[in-house]
Amino acid sequence: MSAVETASAPLPARATHGRRPSTLTALRWELRKLVSQKRTYLGLGLAALFPLIFVVFENLHQRHGHGGGLSIFSGQITASGLATPVLTLEFLSAFMLPLIASLVAGDIVAAEDGNGTLKTILTRSVDRSQVFAAKALAATLYAALAVYVSAAVATIGGVASWGFHPVITLSGTTVSAPEALLLVFASNAMYLIPMLGVVAFGLALSTATRNSAASVVGAVGFVILLYIVAAIPGLEGIQPYLLTEQFANWHGLLRTPTDWAPILHSLWVCALYAAPALIAGYLVFLRRDVAGG
Amino acid sequence: MPLGEAPPVRARELVKRYKEVLAVDHIDLNVRAGDVYGFLGPNGAGKTTTLRMCLGLIVPSEGKVELFGRDPMRAGAGALEGVAGFVEAPRFYPYLTARKNLELLAALDGGDARGRIAEVLDTVELTPRAGHRVGGYSHGMRQRLGIAAALLRRPRLLLLDEPATGLDPAGMRDMRALIRRLAEEGITVLLSSHQLPEVQELCDRVAIVDRGRVVYEGALADPRRQSGAGYRLRSTDDARALAILAAQPGVEHALAGEHGLSFQAQERDVGALTLALAREGIGILALTPELATLEDLFFRLTEGDGAIPAEQGLQREKVAS
Repeated sequence: MSAVETASAPLPARATHGRRPSTLTALRWELRKLVSQKRTYLGLGLAALFPLIFVVFENLHQRHGHGGGLSIFSGQITASGLATPVLTLEFLSAFMLPLIASLVAGDIVAAEDGNGTLKTILTRSVDRSQVFAAKALAATLYAALAVYVSAAVATIGGVASWGFHPVITLSGTTVSAPEALLLVFASNAMYLIPMLGVVAFGLALSTATRNSAASVVGAVGFVILLYIVAAIPGLEGIQPYLLTEQFANWHGLLRTPTDWAPILHSLWVCALYAAPALIAGYLVFLRRDVAGG
Repeated sequence: MPLGEAPPVRARELVKRYKEVLAVDHIDLNVRAGDVYGFLGPNGAGKTTTLRMCLGLIVPSEGKVELFGRDPMRAGAGALEGVAGFVEAPRFYPYLTARKNLELLAALDGGDARGRIAEVLDTVELTPRAGHRVGGYSHGMRQRLGIAAALLRRPRLLLLDEPATGLDPAGMRDMRALIRRLAEEGITVLLSSHQLPEVQELCDRVAIVDRGRVVYEGALADPRRQSGAGYRLRSTDDARALAILAAQPGVEHALAGEHGLSFQAQERDVGALTLALAREGIGILALTPELATLEDLFFRLTEGDGAIPAEQGLQREKVAS
């Protein structure tokens, strides 16, 4: 090589043929990939199936003249269809919805690594940080979709079976049907706060282990572990700081006046779980060797 | 190379360690603009690891790579502008069609890449199958799709890792023709391979790597000529010609064979030999240099201790720092 060549200056970093893609573009394609995969529908199907079974079962239950319930909402099942989404959220929030969220969060990086497509997308014009952000957002949006699919099926099934009527809240006050519908929507939104913790944990495992199954099982196992910790006598003091305890944060919305304390508490507790997991996943993703495929 | 433009690939003292294993051991590479550069070595020699470091997929333990003067570890995706390629087999989303895969990659490239999908599919002759899912593609079709995906980026540098591996003879021929055509269009190609005929046919410069170390880097023709330095001679009187060969300074190992005479000599001594033959009235029917095959060279360099025999003139090219 000549002296002229060796002394040459680097080319300015520029796009080969125009503008560099945005993180939004990367997100759009993450979502498009999700839409093209069967396991996406498996999770959403599970999210829809349980409320459906619940509605069918409760219809049969009612027909056979059984009554009673576990909470103020189970007593209202036949009085208002809007009690159904509250009850299904109560049941699904503990395990089923975290499991569904883990299905995608635990898989979204590891599957790309295993299939060798991570190297394909990392040799394009998007930075690793953009790819990671797109994957984190896609996993979060999927979790949110699963929660709202479940809520929508429960609401539609409940209202179709028992009507669009006022509901009595946990405080004993009656709210109108439209207000109750709004509370159902908001309750599910609040439930997404702890779900972010589950998604972040699944994503971190997916990035670190490069193994889909291990990441999904690991994220679900983490939730189970927290339930076990909560059940250990003598550890009651740490219960308010367990992620699983935040799954019921939305109960505060069903009181009159609204009790914001559990929601605000869950915000910072969940941030303590989500932020380190996200940061760890991000740092691993930025510096990891992509040697698979 | 145009004045002021950094070389397409410049690697300095590149090292990759995996715990106890030294996969790449202080490799220097110098790919110049317009090269079809062969990166040659046996399986496990460190070729793929080096290419992964070039593309920023793995972090070097030591040393650094620059693509057009930009370090992928520092500049990220910005260092890959004008660069495309694949390591090992190109991978795609099997549940998407080829066209959808290219749309995805074009979106991640930005600019006008999306508008070039039909053109690149046509270039690799996949247009008729573009609507089929990649999951049903043969290995050869995926390799061609890999090239198409690379061409979407309008690369000035293509890094291809064993592009013909696993292809049938016709597929290999087509792949070579495609690479040759791309090189003729001015794209610099860094081609890793362990297929010697492929490198011999396509490349003008090579680095031969063995056990993580570069054992030769430079023009392909020079070491072949230097390592062999053999000639074959047919004359009007082979018996007398053999006697002249034996007496001629600088001519060695003169032998008579079934198809004429063979000997070894430096190019400058061959000129004197032809004059000596002419003076003795011996006509030269044919005098042909016998280049060592790349295979000869490769095995000489990669078997044994990998040292370059200095007496054969095989010197690693001075790498400008």
